[in-house]
Amino acid sequence: MPLIKNGHVTTDPWITIPDDMPVPANGQVIVSLERWRADGAELKARGEPVGVRLSSSQLAPEIANDLSHLALIAIEFPSFRDGRAYSTARLLRQRYGFRGELRAVGNVLRDQFMFMHRCGFDAFEINKSDDAAAWHKAMCEISVWYQTAVDVRASVVRRRHYGVAAE
Amino acid sequence: MNAQVVTANRLADGQVVYFTSQGGWSETIADGAVAHDKDSATALLLRAERAVAEQVVVEPYLIQVTHKDDGDILPVRYREAIRALGPSVRPDIVTDRSGRSITTHFGNS
Amino acid sequence: MYRYDEFDRTLVEERVAQFRDQVSRRLSGELSEDEFKPLRLMNGVYLQLHAYMLRVAIPYGTLSSRQMRRLAHVARRYDRGYGHFTTRQNIQYNWPSLAELPDLLMDLADVEMHAIQTSGNCIRNVTADHFAGAAADEIEDPRIYAEIVRQWSSLHPEFSFLPRKFKIAVTGAPSDRAAIAVHDIGLRMVRNDAGEIGFEVMVGGGQGRTPMIAKTVRAFLPKQYLLSYLEAILRVYNQFGRRDNMFKARIKILVHEIGIEKFSGLVEEEWEQVRDELVDLPPGELERIRAYFRPPPFDPLPDVDQGFEAAKTATPAFAAWARSNLFPHRQPGYAIVNLSLKPVGGVPGDVSAEQMDAIADLADQYSFGEIRVTHEQNLILPHVRQEDLFALWQALEAQGLATANIGLVSDIIACPGMDYCALATARSIPVAQRISTRFAETERAHDIGDLKIKISGCINSCGHHHVGHIGILGVDKKGEEFYQITLGGDASEHAAIGGLIGPAFASDEVVDAVETIVETYLANRINGEHFLDTYRRVGPSPFKEKLYAAH
Repeated sequence: MPLIKNGHVTTDPWITIPDDMPVPANGQVIVSLERWRADGAELKARGEPVGVRLSSSQLAPEIANDLSHLALIAIEFPSFRDGRAYSTARLLRQRYGFRGELRAVGNVLRDQFMFMHRCGFDAFEINKSDDAAAWHKAMCEISVWYQTAVDVRASVVRRRHYGVAAE
Repeated sequence: MNAQVVTANRLADGQVVYFTSQGGWSETIADGAVAHDKDSATALLLRAERAVAEQVVVEPYLIQVTHKDDGDILPVRYREAIRALGPSVRPDIVTDRSGRSITTHFGNS
Repeated sequence: MYRYDEFDRTLVEERVAQFRDQVSRRLSGELSEDEFKPLRLMNGVYLQLHAYMLRVAIPYGTLSSRQMRRLAHVARRYDRGYGHFTTRQNIQYNWPSLAELPDLLMDLADVEMHAIQTSGNCIRNVTADHFAGAAADEIEDPRIYAEIVRQWSSLHPEFSFLPRKFKIAVTGAPSDRAAIAVHDIGLRMVRNDAGEIGFEVMVGGGQGRTPMIAKTVRAFLPKQYLLSYLEAILRVYNQFGRRDNMFKARIKILVHEIGIEKFSGLVEEEWEQVRDELVDLPPGELERIRAYFRPPPFDPLPDVDQGFEAAKTATPAFAAWARSNLFPHRQPGYAIVNLSLKPVGGVPGDVSAEQMDAIADLADQYSFGEIRVTHEQNLILPHVRQEDLFALWQALEAQGLATANIGLVSDIIACPGMDYCALATARSIPVAQRISTRFAETERAHDIGDLKIKISGCINSCGHHHVGHIGILGVDKKGEEFYQITLGGDASEHAAIGGLIGPAFASDEVVDAVETIVETYLANRINGEHFLDTYRRVGPSPFKEKLYAAH
C-alpha cells in the first residue's frame, strides 16, 4: 500500500500493532486509542516515537491532552461517506496545535485527497497505486478555494482583498 | 412463474436497454431475450452482467413481463412500463422502437 | 445580480475539467459505478428511470436573460427540448448523455452557472425569497448573504461529506416565501431592539419521512458572524449527526434527539472558539458582493398607472391575471410579475426551449433582463412597469405562460414522480394535471382563493406535500397507485406539518377527494376566510366526514 508523505511516495517507518499483538521492543509503532489509554506509560518508557490510530468516531477532544507524547495520529476513513475525520484533523491542527504527522488511513481515494490535505493531513495510505500516481494531478485540479483551512492555500477572500498569493 | 427479461441503463447515455438473445442490448423491449423459469432467468442475468465489466451498461436486473403469443412483451409493473415506453405525461416522447406510447398502458386518464 | 470575477470563473471551469476527468475514468472502466456514483452526485448527476438527469443550480433563484437563453440552448442541444424547474430553485434536464455532460457543463460555466453540490451529502444550492430585491416588506436583500453562503459552501474542505444532504434557505422579509422552516438551516433577517439588522437562525426543519419545523437556535445573530456561526453548526452536525442509519442522519434528527437546548449549547460553545478566528467575511467583501445587488435604474413613476387601471376594466381576463399573478413592488409604479408554469392540464415546472427564449426576450424588454425562479415551480419577472403589464400579459398569453392561478388551487407543486424518478413510488404529475383540469375555470379558482396543493411521488417529499394546505403523497399498494391526503400544512412564517386525514385514495378517486375537500371548505368558510383559516377553525372532522361518508 503506497504511502505518500509531503507529496512523495515514501517507505513507511511506522508499524501498526493490532491490539492482540505484543508491542516490539524497538521501532516506531502505531497503536489504537484504547491501547494508548491502557498502556500509555509503557509505550512512553520505550523511548521510541509513538503514534495513535483513531477510528472515525473518536473525535479530536479524546486525544487532545496527549498530543505532546505523540509523533503521529492516523485517522480512519471507513468509507467515502464518513466525513468526521475532516473535522477531527482540522481541530487537531488548528485548535489543539498538533504538529506531528497526520495520516489518512482506510478508504483514502484520489478524489478526496485535496479535501484531506486542506484539513491538515500530510500523509496518506493509499489503496490504489493508480491513485498514488495521480497524486500531483489531484492536488492541483482546483486552484481556487473560498475557505481558509489548515493548509497554506489562501482563500479567495484573502486573494481578492489583501493581494495574497494563492500559496 | 412469470416470464422475465433483463433490463439496464446504458452507461454512456443512460438510455433504457434490454438484453437480447444475441448477447447485445436493445432499446426496444420486444427484442429482449425472455426467460421462462428461474434457472434460465438466473443464467440470463449472469450473461448480461458481463456487460457491466465491459462498461456497456449499469446495474442490470430482471423484470417480470407478460409474453403474448404474437411475441409482444410488456412489463408487469407500471414502473417498468414507464421505463420501457417513456413518461406517461409526455406521450410525444417515444423511447420504444415499436412506436407504442405509454398511454397504451395507462389509457388516457 | 452577482457576476463572477476571475476566481469564481476559474473555480467553475476547473470543476468542469475535474468532472470531465472523472467521467472519462468511468467510461474507461477505471472507476466502477459504485465509485463513480458519489462523484457524479456531487456534481448533480443522477441515473433516473429513463436516462441520466442533470440538476443545475440557480443560486437563490436569480437568473439573467443571457443565462435563460443558455438554458434553452442546453435543452435543445443536449436534451429533448425542455427543462423542469424544481422545488429548490434548480432546473433539471431529463435526458442528457453522460459522455456529453462535460461539454454541457462547460456551456453553462460560460454563463456563470454550475451543478456543483446540487446532490450528495453536502451543502446544497442555497435558496432565497424569490421576491428578493423587489418585495415591499423586505428588510434587506437576502441574496447578498445567499451568495456569501454559496461561496463559503462550495467545495468546503471540512463539510463536503456530511451525514446527509444539507439545505440552507434565506429570507430578508417577515413573510416567508422561501419555506425556511423546512430547511436544515433557515435564516431570517430581523431587526433587534437597537434597530440593527441580523439573522434569526433556525435549525432542524425538513420534510421526508420525519417532517419537522425548524427551531430557533439564535434569535439574533449579527450579520458579520454569519459564516462563523454556520461553521459552528456544521461542525457540530458533522461530528455528532447520526451516521448509522441513513433515515436518521439529517440534522433535524440530531436536534430532536438531543433537544434544542443542548444542541444550541454545543453550537454556541463551538462558535465561541471560532467566531473571531474566521476572517472570511471582511467588510470589503460584504460591500463587494452587496454592490452587485444594487437596485436596477428604476424610473420615477406615479404609484398607480392609469392605463393599467383602464386595461383591467376593459379586459376581465387581464384583470383576473393581475389579481392573482401580480405582487406589490417596493418601487412606485412597478409590479412583480409571476409567470405561471402551471397551465391547465400541464406538467408543473416544465418549460420548453422556445418558452425559455421568449421569457429571456421579455425579461430584456420589461424587467432589466432579470428573471427569478420560485420554489413553487413558477418564474418571475421582478421589475415590470405597470404601464407595460398589458403588453407583457399579451405576450405571455401567446406563450401559454399567463394562466391566472398563482397561489390558487391549480398552481400545484408536483415532484417528477414515477414518470421520471427512480425513487418514486407513484406518479405525481398526472394527478396535478387532472386536478388543474377539474378546477380549470378561472372564476371558480379565484373564488376558492389561496390554496396550495402539493404532491410528492414518494416519502422523500420533494413535492413538499407535508406543507401543502392539501398535501398528496403517492404510495404503491400491491402494484397500484394510491394517494394519501394530508390537510393543514403550511410553508409560510406560520409553518405547520399537515395531518393525515384518513385512508389513502385510489388514483381514480383522488381528484374527487380534492374536490370534496374544496367544497367542504366553501360550505364552512365565513367572512372570506382562506382555506387554512377555515381548516384551523373547524378542524379535520367536517372534511373527514365528507370524504369518508360513502365508505
